[in-house]
Amino acid sequence: MIEASGLKKTYRSKSGPVHALAGMDLSVPRGTVKALLGPNGAGKTTVVKVLTTLIRPTEGTALVDGIDVLSNPKAARRIIGVSGQYAAVDENLTGFENLEMVGRLYHLSAREAKRRAQDLIEQFELTEAGNRPVKGFSGGMRRRIDLAGALVINPKVLFLDEPTTGLDPRSRLSLWGIIKNLVSDGTTLLLTTQYLEEADQLSDDIAVIDGGRVIAEGTADELKAQIGGHRVVVTLVNPADAGAAREILGRHGDGEATVGTDGRTVEVGVINGPRALQYVLGDLGQAGVELHDAGMRRPSLDDVFLKLTGRHAENTDENVPAEKENAK
Amino acid sequence: MSVLAPENRQARPAPEPGAASMWLSDGWTVTKRNLTKLKRSPDMLVFAVLQPIMFVLLFSQIYGGSIQVQGTDYTQYLMAGIFAQTVIFGSTFSGSAMAQDLKDGIIDRFRTLPMSSSAVLVGRTNSDLVLNGISMLIMMATGFVVGWRVNAPFSSFLAGIGLLLLFSYAFSWVMALLGMSVKSPEVINNASFMILFPLTFISNAFVQSQTLPAPLEAFANWNPVSALVQAARELFGNVGSVPTPDAWPMQNAVPTVLIGAILMLLIFVPLCIRKFASISSR
Repeated sequence: MIEASGLKKTYRSKSGPVHALAGMDLSVPRGTVKALLGPNGAGKTTVVKVLTTLIRPTEGTALVDGIDVLSNPKAARRIIGVSGQYAAVDENLTGFENLEMVGRLYHLSAREAKRRAQDLIEQFELTEAGNRPVKGFSGGMRRRIDLAGALVINPKVLFLDEPTTGLDPRSRLSLWGIIKNLVSDGTTLLLTTQYLEEADQLSDDIAVIDGGRVIAEGTADELKAQIGGHRVVVTLVNPADAGAAREILGRHGDGEATVGTDGRTVEVGVINGPRALQYVLGDLGQAGVELHDAGMRRPSLDDVFLKLTGRHAENTDENVPAEKENAK
Repeated sequence: MSVLAPENRQARPAPEPGAASMWLSDGWTVTKRNLTKLKRSPDMLVFAVLQPIMFVLLFSQIYGGSIQVQGTDYTQYLMAGIFAQTVIFGSTFSGSAMAQDLKDGIIDRFRTLPMSSSAVLVGRTNSDLVLNGISMLIMMATGFVVGWRVNAPFSSFLAGIGLLLLFSYAFSWVMALLGMSVKSPEVINNASFMILFPLTFISNAFVQSQTLPAPLEAFANWNPVSALVQAARELFGNVGSVPTPDAWPMQNAVPTVLIGAILMLLIFVPLCIRKFASISSR
């Protein structure tokens, strides 16, 4: 359904060539959902732009539903739906007018475009935004309109580039609901995200990308199995205990425990979170290590990254995209 | 909630319309979008309306007493200059609006739709032509109030308006190309100010080129803005007995403007369409 191979995109810059894509291969079977997981600058948006005919790769081939997007972009545009990282809705048009315009540009008849816009307004619970200019509505509402715009023709293949980046948790959950619904209808979807949880929730299959290429691929469970199910994290009162704590966490963890840069946070990946936490706390208590805080958390993109590349994913702080969105 | 209700499965587009009807319908859809935008963000409209009124009043009432033009009254002389200056500045909006749409990601949305590849540009330049037309009407009305008169047959008057708008339309395409080539809309506003102000002032728009120092006079006589002003002045019958400079574009102002506008369109329409096919927000 989506077949890309050897995609390269090189930009020239003052400090030399930048390889936004460095030989990316992707395959998304019909009716499945693939998540591209990676930090900012990994090449997620670039590959979506290539597949949606927005930019031409320097090298490589890309097929969407059997159509070569490089040699026949117009045919590809008739069957794809795209919703980008920043809601590309026209601020001065109402939600209805935005969707109607998109319908007309997909060459639906005037009547059909209106009917479809109205349907989507109702289905996406946008009635409020239907008849007022989009300007002044929340980021979540804009995303919903933008997403609805991508669905005007019931596309065979849907591309969502960071659909929830910068949204508050409630809007994120609501968008997840909508996307899950789409997926259950059998739409082929390529989705990019910085959040492991989002990839886990929405996709059948995850491709972790870094430096413009796929560095790991598999289901969410397979990826998690690689990094351990949970992370046990303790914060020490006294940094002098770090060595002892590291040894104890390592004993119950799935791999080496690490000490954070603050010298007081020690963590380890574990298979069974609750049980490991119990043992760790018991042993730490016996060893007389005083704790400031202790708990377990789900693995994040950063953990996957650290495991796969040996370095941290930058910019995965949940607040960063939100700030970027506001700054815009 | 099912987003893709079964009956909506039929919402896939009908077989592609012919290229010509697609071009017309897509161009119209984008024009309508731009005009709606204009209607809803009145600051642009107010600017397009107030600025010409201000210029007509300022120049005719303040400079009118001091600037002497041999062979006619200053208000008669001035109006063609203000028309030309206003439509030229009006065309720069095509550039800043393209840059803004690019920045907002709207262009990305358009470019993923199966629409005619020139429709966004056609819509842009069409709606800016409408904006310039509105400015023209306002300026003319203000001109009549301060004593401007057309001393030419009605057909010539219409030809004058047509020529000004044709030039502005062609210039819109030049600006649209610039708008797609810069990093932000502000660049267009600043650059057009820095380039167009000298260009419109070192011309015959507000003073006779004969009164300028020799190098500036030569520049003014070959300045395309001067040709446009001279052509409008001739077609509106506002030349009076003002002597026309010997330079070829001044002696043949109407053909110069026509040829210039057609050349601009022939060069910049294809360049714009080619550029549009590869732009995307970063």
